[in-house]
Amino acid sequence: MRREGSALHGFGVVTLKEIADHFSSILVVVLVVLVTATAIVVVSLGLAPIKESTAEDPFLFLLLFTRSSPLTLPLLLSAFLVPLLAIGLGFDAVSGEHNRRTLSRILSQPIYRDALLFGKFAAGLFTLTVTFIVLWLLVIGLGLWGLGIPPNAEEMARALILLLITIVYGAFWFALALLFSIVFRSAAAAVLVSLGVWLFVTFLWPSFAPYIANAVSGSGDILGLLETQQVFARLSPVVLYNEIVAIVLDPSVRSTQQSMLAGLGLALIERGSIPGAPIPLLQSVLIVWPQIVGLVAGSILLFVIAYIVFQRQEVRA
Amino acid sequence: MNVIEANSLTKRYNGVAVVNGISFSVARGEIFGLLGPNGAGKTTTILMLLGLSDISDGQARVLDHDPVREPLAVKRHVGYLPDQVGFYDNLTAAENLRYTGRLMGFERSEREQRIKSSLGHVGLGEVANNRVGTFSRGMRQRLGLAEILLKEAQIAILDEPTSGLDPQATAELLNIIRDLKNRGVSVLLSSHLLERVQSVCDRVALFSQGNIVLIGTVPELGRQVLGGGFRVEVEAQGQGLGERIAAIPGVQRVEPAGANRFLLLADHDVRPEAASAVVAAGGRLLRLSVEEPSLEAIYTRYFQTHEGELHAA
Repeated sequence: MRREGSALHGFGVVTLKEIADHFSSILVVVLVVLVTATAIVVVSLGLAPIKESTAEDPFLFLLLFTRSSPLTLPLLLSAFLVPLLAIGLGFDAVSGEHNRRTLSRILSQPIYRDALLFGKFAAGLFTLTVTFIVLWLLVIGLGLWGLGIPPNAEEMARALILLLITIVYGAFWFALALLFSIVFRSAAAAVLVSLGVWLFVTFLWPSFAPYIANAVSGSGDILGLLETQQVFARLSPVVLYNEIVAIVLDPSVRSTQQSMLAGLGLALIERGSIPGAPIPLLQSVLIVWPQIVGLVAGSILLFVIAYIVFQRQEVRA
Repeated sequence: MNVIEANSLTKRYNGVAVVNGISFSVARGEIFGLLGPNGAGKTTTILMLLGLSDISDGQARVLDHDPVREPLAVKRHVGYLPDQVGFYDNLTAAENLRYTGRLMGFERSEREQRIKSSLGHVGLGEVANNRVGTFSRGMRQRLGLAEILLKEAQIAILDEPTSGLDPQATAELLNIIRDLKNRGVSVLLSSHLLERVQSVCDRVALFSQGNIVLIGTVPELGRQVLGGGFRVEVEAQGQGLGERIAAIPGVQRVEPAGANRFLLLADHDVRPEAASAVVAAGGRLLRLSVEEPSLEAIYTRYFQTHEGELHAA
């Protein structure tokens, strides 16, 4: 059955209104400031050790992201800052409209539901993107000022990929929060469940995955077991993000198994390669291409589920 | 010409019919009331007419558009005031309307001019730049009507517009609704508050358990259900008045109601005939009053007599 008119009629109006809402919301402003400030502090703390120890490293600038202590910036982003900000933006996106009783009034204007949901998603994505770009520029600026050397082209490219992956990762968490804001009428329930999922995939799943892998894989082959463990661990978006970042930000890492093998006291040595020698950017990206695709697909899948649930939902409470 | 036509409209949830094959039509410029208890299917009917809820069976035409296939055309010309309408509390009244105006696709200058005039019209001109969070329930309802004026809707669909309002706010709101009618807007309103609605509705449909059980003007329904429904009270002194009054055509029953007082049950307003009967008998007419059939009485009586059938059905 064909519907009259464009499904996206009113999309721009909704998006602009939602963006204005985000930036005038105290909650969002507090979260953005918190996220930015935390990131800056972490990177600043890492500046001094980098300056002292590794002036010889050809990718000195990238150490800014990977060697700050005690937590690295990507780890902090994946485990805390991005999920927190994205859930904060999305947890009452649709349930809020229900509870304020604005949903049926807005949907009685000449727009489709598609426009409302797409608009809310686009606005959330925009807010996340703006926040991450600001954060990224601040870190780069801090690096220029603190290290006193400019990044080379490849370092910039790798840092830019970090930015893009972080935006996709943010989209994943925002889509999750959006889904729960549709499924649950109560904002409190949506927040609790979102935070529950966050805690689970961030802290519990990486420790659970090996046990499940042990139970599933029957063979005594240790490498096979490790691979199964990795497959299970990768069901968590946090693991995917960290794997991507580890490869992209460190040109000397050649495989996602490298760290795993290093844990066993083994070194991954390919024929004709010098261990520890940097590999080109494209190679790094190719290594984690499946993870990147997985993260993008996960975000899209969550949004599609949210879309279907929203389309089928009754307007009335 | 009819602006709304519903034909065997049905809505089922998991096989249970919430709205069960109802048919009615609303003429241009008419105020039509959907009345019935909560949960009788009024809101579901409204949502189907707006294309906000799927239709399980039957057809609806709104301004000659199909709400299922052409929801945008319907929603462009129909204003909807939901039950306990909500606005964005952090925005002002004017900003809330601006959002609606943008969704409608109005040009900036036209939008601002319409916002100003519609807010003024419902008496919110003074508080146009106050946040809606500070508004009372009645003010929110009026803001909802301002939104309908802003859209220049041809049909206004109002769901429980007066519920939860104090008497003064109710009176103000009913005045605005009458004013909508004077502007040529057709109004479909739902309510469970019968006597308030009676005063504005041209025709009503009584809902019960997903069915329309009665439809028509209030006096028509009075005749149908109460077998008349006009109660005329006559107070007069004179001889043999009781028989003479009882002989007036249209009077069904006369009950003595104390000294020199008679209570007439009639199928129309028989005050003129009663007056001339008293005068012709040489009596002294002291008082004459009429009580029109009330929806309340019709409703109560209908359900008293039909309760058995409805439960059996």
